[in-house]
Amino acid sequence: MIDKFRADPMSALAPIPSGACVAVGGFGSSGRPDTLLDALCDLDRRGLHVIVNNVGSDFTGIGRLLAEGRIRRLTASFPVLPDFYDEYFAGRVELELIPQGTLAERLRAGGAGIPAFYTPSGAGTMLTDGTFPLGYDPDGQVAERMQAREHRSFSGREHVLEYGIVADFALVKAHKGDRKGNLRFRLSARNFNPLAAMSGRYTFAEVEHLVAAGDLAPDDIHLPGVFVDEVLLRSELSPRQPAIPRSGS
Amino acid sequence: MTETAATAAVGGRSREAIAQRLAADLRDGYVVNLGVGIPLLVPRFIPPDVEVILHAENGVLGLGPPAADGQEDPDLTDAGKQPATVITGAAIVDSALSFAVVRGGHLDVTVLGALQVSGRGDLANWYVPGRNPAVGGAMDLVAGAREVWAVMEHVDRAGQPKIVERCTFPLTGRHVVTRVYTDLAVFHVADGQLRLTECAPGVSPAAVRDRTAAPYIEDLAGRDGSGAGALRRG
Repeated sequence: MIDKFRADPMSALAPIPSGACVAVGGFGSSGRPDTLLDALCDLDRRGLHVIVNNVGSDFTGIGRLLAEGRIRRLTASFPVLPDFYDEYFAGRVELELIPQGTLAERLRAGGAGIPAFYTPSGAGTMLTDGTFPLGYDPDGQVAERMQAREHRSFSGREHVLEYGIVADFALVKAHKGDRKGNLRFRLSARNFNPLAAMSGRYTFAEVEHLVAAGDLAPDDIHLPGVFVDEVLLRSELSPRQPAIPRSGS
Repeated sequence: MTETAATAAVGGRSREAIAQRLAADLRDGYVVNLGVGIPLLVPRFIPPDVEVILHAENGVLGLGPPAADGQEDPDLTDAGKQPATVITGAAIVDSALSFAVVRGGHLDVTVLGALQVSGRGDLANWYVPGRNPAVGGAMDLVAGAREVWAVMEHVDRAGQPKIVERCTFPLTGRHVVTRVYTDLAVFHVADGQLRLTECAPGVSPAAVRDRTAAPYIEDLAGRDGSGAGALRRG
């Protein structure tokens, strides 16, 4: 019998070791798995490579991981939080900056068994030509740069080779889920969640509502349970975060 | 708010008037993505007989006005993470499908703010070296949308031209901009050639030339300021 529901986030996430590569869903605080992220902090995991579209605007969620010094490398399109950049320029966190659509497709591809693909996004820019600083030394000098992408022309247009991302673990948030792991998202809180879930070798889903198998009709399931290993309830202690000031896309 | 002595001296359009001028060029049925800044002023000026589907990077097709106070839903935001609404007939997709819309050529127009635009249509709008780098969906949008309309003040705060021969800021994309709307003028870019198609009311072609650092062709004949014609689909 398949029952992926787990009651306790701390014991469920305990197998995630320090140093793991973790893909996380959400767009800012919308659709962000705060209960799971809090558990990761409470478990005192460190040295994480976090793949997420943005850090957010405060010290909740990904921001808490950052504030507590738990992130070794961030793969993102729009970090936002100023404190993140302080850590980046001080050489304490690496930044792999990726165009947003490329990030989404890399996660999808990784989960779909596609090792790499060509995309026009970012061709001929410093995000693909090997010049963007991945990390800094403590003295402020560039320690390492992002790897240059292979460029190739299709129909006369430049494209770059991007690799699918397979993360060790994924943490996602859904509106409803059942014990088979089937998920349904709500409005724009879907965003990166299905893609992060696909990317994870082992995926945890935090749901607002646990429903009985069959309550979600087959046609209404956004992500089937085959991509989800464990289902947990969002904690009442994780308040919905308020919207943040507009600061760009 | 970024008005300079140079622009003040020659008049030109306000930020709202730039948005209104651009909105007049949107055609019924367009799918449009709007960046931050002046582009966000565009929706209020879309003519009532023109139905436009607004796309937001976080997966919304059919974005509506900002949510009213007390009506915010944390599960529904725009690409700037502000509480949003959707129009009747809207659709919501995940981020991969959202960017399939973008790269797949299903966006008619993306309207983006700009730091610099080159005469060949290169765009720089994502990063000022020394500041905090973030790219979001800008590189996907310029790579995928059928038309890229840059909207900006004609000169920067120091009075320096933002339409330049070669961008000095890091590029968002090469040869991607198809139109430029500023407080002083409208330009089109086709086949790597910049053309001045319209001066703002009260602005002379000479004033535009003085404040533009890229070569261009003056193509003002027959322009009445009401718009420069529809894009043709397909």
